[in-house]
Amino acid sequence: MKKTYINGLGCISAQKTFDTIFLEEAELNEDDIILPLKAPVYKDFIPPVAIRRMAKGVKNGIVASTLALRVAHLETVDAIITGTGMGCIEDSEKFLKAILDNDEQFLTPTSFIQSTHNTVGGQIALGLQCKAYNLTYVNGSVSFESALFDAKMKIEEGEASSILVGGIDETSDYTMSLFKLAGFIKEENQGPYSVLEATTNGVVFGEGATFFALENEAKENTIAEILDLEILNKLDVSEVEDKIISFLALNNFELKDVDAVVLGYNGDVDSDSYYKNLSNTTFVNTPQVYYKHLSGEYDTASAFGLWVGSKIIQTQNIPDIVKLNALDKPAYKTILLYNQRNGNDHSFTLISSC
Amino acid sequence: MEALKQELKSKIIEVLNLEDIAIADINDDDALFGDGLGLDSIDALELIVMLDKDYGIKLVDPKEGKTIFKSIETMAAYISENRVK
Amino acid sequence: MYKGVAITGMGIISSIGNSVEENYNALLNSQIGITTIENIATVHADVIKVGEIKKTNQELIEELQLGEDNNFSRTAMLGTIAAKQAVKNAGITLINEYRTGLISATSVGGMDMTERYYHEYFDNPEVVKYISSHNAGDNTDKIASELGLKGMVTTISTACSSAANAIMLGARLIKSGKLDRVIVGGTDALSKFTINGFKTLMILSEDYNKPFDNERTGLNLGEAAAYLVLESDELVKKENKKVLARVSGYGNANDAFHQTASSENGDGAFLAMEKAFKIAQLQPEQIDYINVHGTATPNNDLSEGRAIVRLFGENKVPDFSSTKPFTGHTLAAAAAIEAVYSVLAIQNNVVFPNLNFKTPMEEFSLVPQTTLKHATIEHVLSNSFGFGGNCSTLIFSKSE
Repeated sequence: MKKTYINGLGCISAQKTFDTIFLEEAELNEDDIILPLKAPVYKDFIPPVAIRRMAKGVKNGIVASTLALRVAHLETVDAIITGTGMGCIEDSEKFLKAILDNDEQFLTPTSFIQSTHNTVGGQIALGLQCKAYNLTYVNGSVSFESALFDAKMKIEEGEASSILVGGIDETSDYTMSLFKLAGFIKEENQGPYSVLEATTNGVVFGEGATFFALENEAKENTIAEILDLEILNKLDVSEVEDKIISFLALNNFELKDVDAVVLGYNGDVDSDSYYKNLSNTTFVNTPQVYYKHLSGEYDTASAFGLWVGSKIIQTQNIPDIVKLNALDKPAYKTILLYNQRNGNDHSFTLISSC
Repeated sequence: MEALKQELKSKIIEVLNLEDIAIADINDDDALFGDGLGLDSIDALELIVMLDKDYGIKLVDPKEGKTIFKSIETMAAYISENRVK
Repeated sequence: MYKGVAITGMGIISSIGNSVEENYNALLNSQIGITTIENIATVHADVIKVGEIKKTNQELIEELQLGEDNNFSRTAMLGTIAAKQAVKNAGITLINEYRTGLISATSVGGMDMTERYYHEYFDNPEVVKYISSHNAGDNTDKIASELGLKGMVTTISTACSSAANAIMLGARLIKSGKLDRVIVGGTDALSKFTINGFKTLMILSEDYNKPFDNERTGLNLGEAAAYLVLESDELVKKENKKVLARVSGYGNANDAFHQTASSENGDGAFLAMEKAFKIAQLQPEQIDYINVHGTATPNNDLSEGRAIVRLFGENKVPDFSSTKPFTGHTLAAAAAIEAVYSVLAIQNNVVFPNLNFKTPMEEFSLVPQTTLKHATIEHVLSNSFGFGGNCSTLIFSKSE
């Protein structure tokens, strides 16, 4: 069975994650409840006639996927698989608002077209003229992992030797205001919003596009190998440790073999209860990493988490800004990532150096 | 007619987000679709809505757009003949 | 020939019936579900025709016995009804007994509630609960919760081909041994959002849709949900399950031509069909019936027809029909309801009619089957294509 290697990365996030090595210019923002992404110069990547109708998510997806392909020295791929929680919500909002405010008259198609969840994957395919397998997953916090799971399966089936897989989500004014109203986002003017010290519900929201170029061969530029991935809809806090032990066992690993664990702490006191137990007992002797204080929380923030995990393996270094504890290891060979949101949509991802 | 042509050029640039194009860049007989300005079928649908909204002209079949939107010249001629506002 | 993944249960709710039996009877008796819209207030109500399920949200809430404080979108309710039927039909009592997953498809998710309360949210605390139901994944989570399913759950959204991809993923999960049992399908409720979206693309017909007719004028939108239960052969044997039919082939390709339109020669459609044949290890002449995507838009039927001609040969195309004149185009659910119809065609050896067809298209000599036809059906090919160039094909086969 063929193995799955990460041979390219591209990340557009609230941090400077392109044209940098690994978060050396990262800035902690604990004052805002929404972290906008640092936009690249789109025109360097996308022709003007194509760019004029593109949603923010589409542009970021195209840039991030282009970067990942460049790093992997790939021109095209055998599959494009994306994950997004909400799709290009700015355009969804724009179209819906036009329907409601103009009494369903004088509507134009552009924002409707950009609002479909698969528009990023479709437009990447269009740009690359890639007629291969193309799929989009939209399941909350496992949207990206579903895409990754599919990609790994495709490689194992021998149906693809190179795959672009990515997670994309964007913020938009009205949806963010609704999320504030519903309490999903923290209340304004209550900062600093420290992810680790949180005592309230709600999160600091973010957006981003993170792509990985996967191949079935290790090359000179290989960053990490994806060993395994598991997705589960529901778990109780008390079931997580056993689940991790059995997941590791399936791959012939024990807890002590994990060189670092990347946890999806998001500053929501209930959601984080799933990680606290792991931090305090299961992985008390393991270097621990968190990242949503840098990216903000969104449905595909865990793709940023995998970017962090991959970078740790690539650079063999954990930047202080993502360290949860003071532990170090001489080498980072095997890394476990765990993410969930409010007890739903759990994912376990195991990566290693090769 | 000349004023209508200028108006159409500016509207097309605005409605279709043609940021890099100025009114002076579009000649009256330039092809709007295909090799000329490079517009496509989605742009045609946007222009059909513009005809309806700004000039009260309702097209039922998107195919009609093909001849009407050939150039600024043909668009202006069609609008001045059929406009109700 | 590859024998395929066993289908052991089906459930469906559409504008032509609230169960598999009701849908089958409607298909046999040419009872269409295309009517004037009743459940959504839209300015287009007098102009458009839709495949609407004639149950109000309140009726659906009662049917599912949901509490007063529930925040189910219509999409989630329709999905729950169909998924429960499928699980029951497969004789499943303990859902987490084996490694069981749910792969659902949707394009609108909870848009029906979002558009209803969009401007009301800030004034009415009672409707704030619906903010979280907008997310596509929330709809699938609710179906999983109603089934009591805790395992792998995910959602696919590739516009109008979504459910075909859900069925494909399910089959791959069983084939690779990653899961023992997967519930696969899709659900989409009608919404103002999609009605107006398709209207801006000028592909909504004011008439009854007539696929593959030279005078076709576009599609009628519909709403529906359907799910299949797929199980591993080990489980089928162990539990002595009845196999309704098998998923023997699947293929997915991208047309990479245009954001909404299909290419002139149907490249994506051709590639998807070609891949499905490869997986099924079947030849085109072994197909007895094609349930075409056949939306009745000028663009789809031409592109799909050309792809079929390329693959089968113009004079060797088997019986084919679009069932969208019955149900309308149910978007992300379409491939799931058409999967149920494909299985019914195999079980009952019948080809369903392509209603409303009169005049062959000028571009080729393809003529769909316009009346109900009884014939031995071993293999059915079902196409589904969507915006974003997403093209998928499934092949269903009789179980030995």
